[in-house]
Amino acid sequence: MASEQDIYEEHVLDHYEDPYHRGDLERASHSHEADNPLCGDHIQIDLRIDGDDKVAEAWFMGDGCVISQASASMLVETIEGKTTEEIRQFTADEMLELFGPKLTPNRQKCCLLPWRVLQSAIHSPVDEHPADDDSPDVHFGGPSLGEES
Amino acid sequence: MMTAPTCTLVVPVSAKKAKFRARLQNRRRDECRGIPRLFSGTTVKPPPSLPQAETKIELLDTKAFTDTELEEIRDQFPILTRKTASGAPLIFLDNAASTQRPYSVVEAMGECYGNYYANVHRGIHTLSEESTAAYENARKIIANYINAPSEREVVFTSGATASVNTVARTWGDANITSGDTILTTIVEHHANIVPWHQLAERTGCKVVFLPIKDDYTFDDSLIKDELERLQPKLFTFTAASNVLGTKTPVQQWTQWAKSNGATTLVDASQVAPHDPLNVQELGADFTVFGGHKMCGPTGIGVLHGREELLENMPGFLGGGGMIQKVTTEGFETADLPDKFEAGTPPIAEAIGLAAAAKFLQGFGLERIAAHEHRLCEIADHGLRAIEGVNVIGPDASQKGGIVSFDIPGVHAHDIAQELDYAGVAVRAGHHCTMPLHHWLKKTATTRASFYLYNTAEEANRLLEAVEQVKKKFMRTGRRRRRRNRE
Repeated sequence: MASEQDIYEEHVLDHYEDPYHRGDLERASHSHEADNPLCGDHIQIDLRIDGDDKVAEAWFMGDGCVISQASASMLVETIEGKTTEEIRQFTADEMLELFGPKLTPNRQKCCLLPWRVLQSAIHSPVDEHPADDDSPDVHFGGPSLGEES
Repeated sequence: MMTAPTCTLVVPVSAKKAKFRARLQNRRRDECRGIPRLFSGTTVKPPPSLPQAETKIELLDTKAFTDTELEEIRDQFPILTRKTASGAPLIFLDNAASTQRPYSVVEAMGECYGNYYANVHRGIHTLSEESTAAYENARKIIANYINAPSEREVVFTSGATASVNTVARTWGDANITSGDTILTTIVEHHANIVPWHQLAERTGCKVVFLPIKDDYTFDDSLIKDELERLQPKLFTFTAASNVLGTKTPVQQWTQWAKSNGATTLVDASQVAPHDPLNVQELGADFTVFGGHKMCGPTGIGVLHGREELLENMPGFLGGGGMIQKVTTEGFETADLPDKFEAGTPPIAEAIGLAAAAKFLQGFGLERIAAHEHRLCEIADHGLRAIEGVNVIGPDASQKGGIVSFDIPGVHAHDIAQELDYAGVAVRAGHHCTMPLHHWLKKTATTRASFYLYNTAEEANRLLEAVEQVKKKFMRTGRRRRRRNRE
């Protein structure tokens, strides 16, 4: 019946059920969290960035749909060992590519939530953690997150 | 005569499209010969180009539709034959958010734009006279649809949301002060909450929310007690919850409110499309609903208010059409209902809404309600029978055509995504009722909502699809492929 690609590919469900580094990171140097108000998805990313400006360890905590949680797992798995500059240059399109299955604009928001949190986390040292809401919004494709009213 | 009416607005699929176009062409030829238009082969007659108000509503028996009748109804909705992105045939169960439109509604609007459109109440020329007549006739048809005593009480707005805001900004600003209480319920749509929060910001009044019981219904004795205890200036409530489906005893509540001196506003958005709506019998001071949930166009809604109240309220938006006179010193407002219709109104939309009202009356609202209730029972009972699925709402006997549910451990958006894959369109999220979801301690729910064109087979397909979703997201102990460094 279906001609459309199944977005819940095996590797997506694998990451959802058996995620990489799901949990809190003790002695995290950087951390950020955010919600997707449309779905109620929640993601927190903790990082330990070492002296060479490299991500030595990345962990996530969260709650939400398969897309948001699986993409968080894929993301933290990928970024370990990368410099903050490399993370800055990691675009939303590359995140969607990493996820794999093609998503509609509404579901792209779920997939990009962890990426958005990560982009803020590298600027959010734990000891002088700014209020979450003050961090600059990162813009990406698709309708705005607050569109459902 | 126009050679190409705007009925190309309709985009039905192949065979339906050809049939429809042929029908239109025949009709145009017939009209040229002075032969009145009639659709052959269906029992549904679209309204004539300038629909006339009917003074009598024909009441049919309350049995659900037969298969033949249902087929005739579905034939009026070209969109129902399309497929979804996955290639599955569409099963449209998102009617509480917005419904689809039959040919007659699109045609009525097409005829307006194609044959006689001009601005209303302004021009001394043929088209303006014809448009004005059609617009005002639409008001008569809507007055008849809700049994309003006079069409002076029927204000066209841009939607139910605009109707509530109109009352909040006019009646509210003129009558509410700090220390006053507005009583409402926890199940309300944001459209019947935020305008009152805004009024509270302006005046310092209090907004109090009535809770629901564990069985998703209201405790009537609590409502009565709270009306007596709080002596609210306004009691504003929905006639049926857009999530739970729970219907409220509108007549009873407005009576209790009245005896405690409260003004009443009823949000009839989920009732006007499905059940007979008699504003005189219900007795509310204000009743609001939108057009797009009842087969009508978007951008049109209705505010019904008791004449005495509307007369004493200040105008809302200022502009052309709502004035008697304007000088450099000030203005005088126009008579009802123009006072609340500043600017060029939604003309074609009002005409389309009238066509929708006639379309629904043609089948009988009692029969539509009976049909939807039957589908609701199938879905409600079926979902309750699936292990791991919770129905969020009262027993089917307490509601119309809405069934919300959740599957613990599976996010509502994943459910909706998989149902879409099976062709089933449902709504997932908070359905513009965040306070209700907070009360229920849920971030999101999934909602199936039925309308007159849905079938028992579709309700059963929903159940099958939900079973599939459950299987798909069941935890199976799967393992992610390990990277070398782990």
